[in-house]
Amino acid sequence: MIEVKKLVKRFGLKTILRGLDFEVQPGEFVALLGPNGAGKTTFLRILASLSRPSLGTVKVAGYSLPHESAKVRARLGVVSHLPLLYPDLTAEENLQFYARMYGLVNHASRITEVLSMVGLEARRKDLVRTFSRGMQQRLAIGRAIIHDPDVVLFDEPYTGLDQDASEMLDEVLRSVAAKGRTVVMTSHDLARAEDLATRFDILSRGVIAASATRDDFRNTNLLDFYRKAIVN
Amino acid sequence: MNHPAPSLLKATFAIVRKDLAAEFRSRELLSAMLVFSMLVILIFNFALELDVKVRQSVTAGVLWTTFAFAGTLGLNRSMAVEKDRGCMDGLLLAPVDRSAIFFGKAISNLAFMLIVEAIVIPLYAMLYNEVRIFQVEFLGVLLLGSIGYIAVGTLLSAMSVQTRTRDVLLPILLFPVAVPVLLASVKASGGIIAGADFAEILTPLNLLIVYDIIFIAVAFMVFDFVVEE
Repeated sequence: MIEVKKLVKRFGLKTILRGLDFEVQPGEFVALLGPNGAGKTTFLRILASLSRPSLGTVKVAGYSLPHESAKVRARLGVVSHLPLLYPDLTAEENLQFYARMYGLVNHASRITEVLSMVGLEARRKDLVRTFSRGMQQRLAIGRAIIHDPDVVLFDEPYTGLDQDASEMLDEVLRSVAAKGRTVVMTSHDLARAEDLATRFDILSRGVIAASATRDDFRNTNLLDFYRKAIVN
Repeated sequence: MNHPAPSLLKATFAIVRKDLAAEFRSRELLSAMLVFSMLVILIFNFALELDVKVRQSVTAGVLWTTFAFAGTLGLNRSMAVEKDRGCMDGLLLAPVDRSAIFFGKAISNLAFMLIVEAIVIPLYAMLYNEVRIFQVEFLGVLLLGSIGYIAVGTLLSAMSVQTRTRDVLLPILLFPVAVPVLLASVKASGGIIAGADFAEILTPLNLLIVYDIIFIAVAFMVFDFVVEE
């Protein structure tokens, strides 16, 4: 579903990604972990076609970037730490706007379905500016999946959420992944990543330093694996 | 799962609809532009203490100065709303030709500027006792000038909004580039107020039309590169 080979990203003289290779099979839930400045957000922005690779090849859902970016964007949903929502529109109006931008016809039933999935159906007519951070983040997930994408990218979705909001977000993330979607999530929260993901990739100094599946953690835990990968 | 991408036109009008709905609810941008425009008109009125004859000669200049500065306020705010909450990324993630974002934002900005003009023109007529600004030809020039100013302003605000000094940078970038459209607008509208022959205002009018076409075409071609990382 995602195929990245020898990806390099430079901003001026600074090289962020240094020949990164990455592959994700359909239906996998990959947690992309790493310290601050490792290049996680830059990498996700390239996968989302928001940033151009300097070198290397990137394929998402069979389409190559940046040449077929519109086709990739049609099959992709993105949730970042910013909600990408308009505070002066209601929850329903925000989803209506994004549904139109994705070419959905007769989107009323889909909006109801999505609002119900993220637990905001009762607040559909309320302005987003009146929502708590956790509610905005749940609506942001609704926005990202309104067009029923094959791949969903989460960039630090738990940033700024309290314990209750994080637990509610866990449930929403599980239901997103349960539909057989391919998910890539960056996070600093190792416990949550361990709970949700099926594979764990450690990004360090612009490359994937280590990769493991859930089955690999019989005699160790994710924190030890992470520390070892970062040190090496 | 795989929906056909919306056409350029549909995506453009989805953005316009969203911008108008958000603005008519918050009225942040329109009220700032309106209050600013009214203050400028009032300040000119008291500062210049114009006699009837001089009023006729400065009307076009005063009005275009007011609209240019008020327009800059609106352009800055309109793009900042998208950038500050990451909504620009939301727009860029849609599977549409990215020039739809330019056209959508430009049409919304033009709508806001025309609303401000529609309120300021009668106010100006009242304060300055100048009714010739209601001529259809004058309003036509106002429309052409506003289209050119907003076209180049929307493109430049998409660039400046990505910088830390966006509030200062937009006017610095915009005014030098918009000089031809502002000069042609002042000349053409001044000529209409003075009752000049059509032949006399033909040159600035042509310049306005050419400027509008060139900047809309340039924005259509380069907008993708402007918003790209």
